[in-house]
Amino acid sequence: MTTYIIRRLLIIPLLLIGVTLLIFGMLQFLSPVARSALYVRDLPKSEDALDAVIRTYGLDDPLPVQYWRWLVGFKNPVSGEVQGGVLRGELGYSHSAKQPVAKMIAERFPATVELTLWGFFPIVLIGTFFGIQAAIHYNSFYDQLIRIFCITGASMPVFVFGLVALMVFYTKLSWFPPGRMSPWVTQEIQAGTFAIHTSLMTVDALINGRFDVFIDVLKHMVLPILALSYISWATFVRVTRSSMLEELSQDYMITARSKGVAHKAAQWKHAFPNVLLPVITLAGGTFITLLSGVVITETVFNYPGIGSAAATAATSLDVIAVLGISLFNGALLIVANLIVDVLYAVVDPRIRFN
Amino acid sequence: MENEMNLLNDSSAIDRLLVGADRNRKQGWLERRLGTDVVRNVKTFFQTPASIIGMAILVFFMLVALFAPVIAPPMNDQVDPFTIPRDGFKAEPKPPMTEWKRNAPEKNPFWYRWFGIETPTHVLGTTPGQWDILYGVVWGTRTAFKTGVVITVAVTIIGVVIGTVAAYYGGVVDNVLMRIIDIFMTVPFIMAALVLSSVLSPILGRSILAPMIALIAFGWMFYARLIRSNILSVKHKDYVMASRVLGVRDTRIMFRHIIPNAIYPTLVIASMDMGGYVLAFAGLSFLGIGADLGYADWGQIISFSRDWITSLDVYWYTVIYPGTALFLFVLAWNLLGDAIRDVMDPRLRKQKKHD
Repeated sequence: MTTYIIRRLLIIPLLLIGVTLLIFGMLQFLSPVARSALYVRDLPKSEDALDAVIRTYGLDDPLPVQYWRWLVGFKNPVSGEVQGGVLRGELGYSHSAKQPVAKMIAERFPATVELTLWGFFPIVLIGTFFGIQAAIHYNSFYDQLIRIFCITGASMPVFVFGLVALMVFYTKLSWFPPGRMSPWVTQEIQAGTFAIHTSLMTVDALINGRFDVFIDVLKHMVLPILALSYISWATFVRVTRSSMLEELSQDYMITARSKGVAHKAAQWKHAFPNVLLPVITLAGGTFITLLSGVVITETVFNYPGIGSAAATAATSLDVIAVLGISLFNGALLIVANLIVDVLYAVVDPRIRFN
Repeated sequence: MENEMNLLNDSSAIDRLLVGADRNRKQGWLERRLGTDVVRNVKTFFQTPASIIGMAILVFFMLVALFAPVIAPPMNDQVDPFTIPRDGFKAEPKPPMTEWKRNAPEKNPFWYRWFGIETPTHVLGTTPGQWDILYGVVWGTRTAFKTGVVITVAVTIIGVVIGTVAAYYGGVVDNVLMRIIDIFMTVPFIMAALVLSSVLSPILGRSILAPMIALIAFGWMFYARLIRSNILSVKHKDYVMASRVLGVRDTRIMFRHIIPNAIYPTLVIASMDMGGYVLAFAGLSFLGIGADLGYADWGQIISFSRDWITSLDVYWYTVIYPGTALFLFVLAWNLLGDAIRDVMDPRLRKQKKHD
């Protein structure tokens, strides 16, 4: 077990270097002037001053030199302060959000975390349940119904579903509004009557003992979670259903039945635990995807997470911000993947000893 | 005696023996050429309701794409047919069956008289910004096929080449290529495509090229992994060894002996993913990355309706019509894919027999 974890840990720096190289490589598509947003906030208007900026920050130096400088930052010869350096958390200045990229990520990320925490369980639990039911009732009407439901979900563009859901539940019924919270909550935060502790609004609402805020924030998350669930259930059902079918046809099921185990008990106590392994892998992947920001879903529902931030930046061609966000995401993903892998090894001894 | 030995070495012969009841069945010409398994798979495929529905929808879309100039005639010969004609600039959408005032096509399409329409009409209404929805939906079919096919073919080729090289040479080459794949996979797919297309759009200008390249650049890894694992299982077969002993060149062994025996699953998976790529492309253009304003593209047409979220119940047609087209297109591919998966999965076949 320890060797397995150590081996996985050793790959991490390699992957991190790879990701930084990938992002840095994409940065090279930009002109030196555009890249100067990595270090400076406002660009001078005149040509001479622009040239001076490029020279000062060495934006046309050889690539390895630039890469190193981009990683660790560099000391401005004029002012003497250290600027840039993604390893120091300086991801540059976002022109579309009018603030440093790192600050924008810090502001937007809690919203994504909150959506992930609330959305993860309905997606995984209900999806798995459908898959098991479909397998148990193999080829019955119930099975076909679940399959049709899921294949339409897999084919549904999330933005079309989102717009239709908004049409019904927001415009028509005004039940579930888009955004993250109602204006009155924002006003209370600004007025200081609602204290922010964790930036996770539902948790803060509980800490403050404000159930009206709690309900309000939840109401804003219903539609995004519904949309995400609908499009993700298909994968869960497919994986759970096929592996449950395989387990149901194993010899141990016949043994269990013949020694008198009840049908339901055999299915849930003998077959189901074996299905859990692929489900855990899939659940880990889903968690990571949600955490890294669901770009389109967040955009449709105007949910101020990290995904919609990336989308806004991309449409206004604020490449520095987009690259900053994806670098953050890449690092997040590498760590999250490690955790999932270790968990997986804890659950399945076959991986540990392989 | 020798004859019997041959019979045992020939796996399809064994298959024929095992079929039992069908032992004396006459094999058709096609069956002898392609093998019992393939023919059975194809037959089952054409008998599954899912694949029949999927194919029917696809044929419909193909016809629409093919006859787009007749169904929705372009304004005149000078304008790029993929540019949706624009009836003014008003932000407020017009409902279906509104009269067409500006930029109407020169001649009415043939099907107008079926519905008794005489003057140019926005049959499905207009989007915010007065682009004709019907025209966009019809010509968007071509865009969907174009992007889907190009992306799928490109990712398959890249994936197959890289996966084959990795699996065939093994060792350091394999290790390096696999780590590169790991790195490409660290950034989530849509996010990565978003990044690359936003980097590329200033260089390429606003066209469908940037998102396509972006989706290709971050789509090939799955196929490389898949074909690599398939090749690893083929690589040590006797016939590969034999051709190597005979002194056949590496490239020839790869392309004549290994790839044809390992590529089948990759091709099937890739063709099933077509719908997914169309979906991803539409997602990117929904976000506003890619095609020029007014280009016939489902994602973009839908994105216009975002300006009117608070009155979507009135302007439902700006979402429903292009949305349905996109949904059905992807659904058709997924239905085909599901049918193929069921047909090819021997475990499920066995199950069916037990029932």
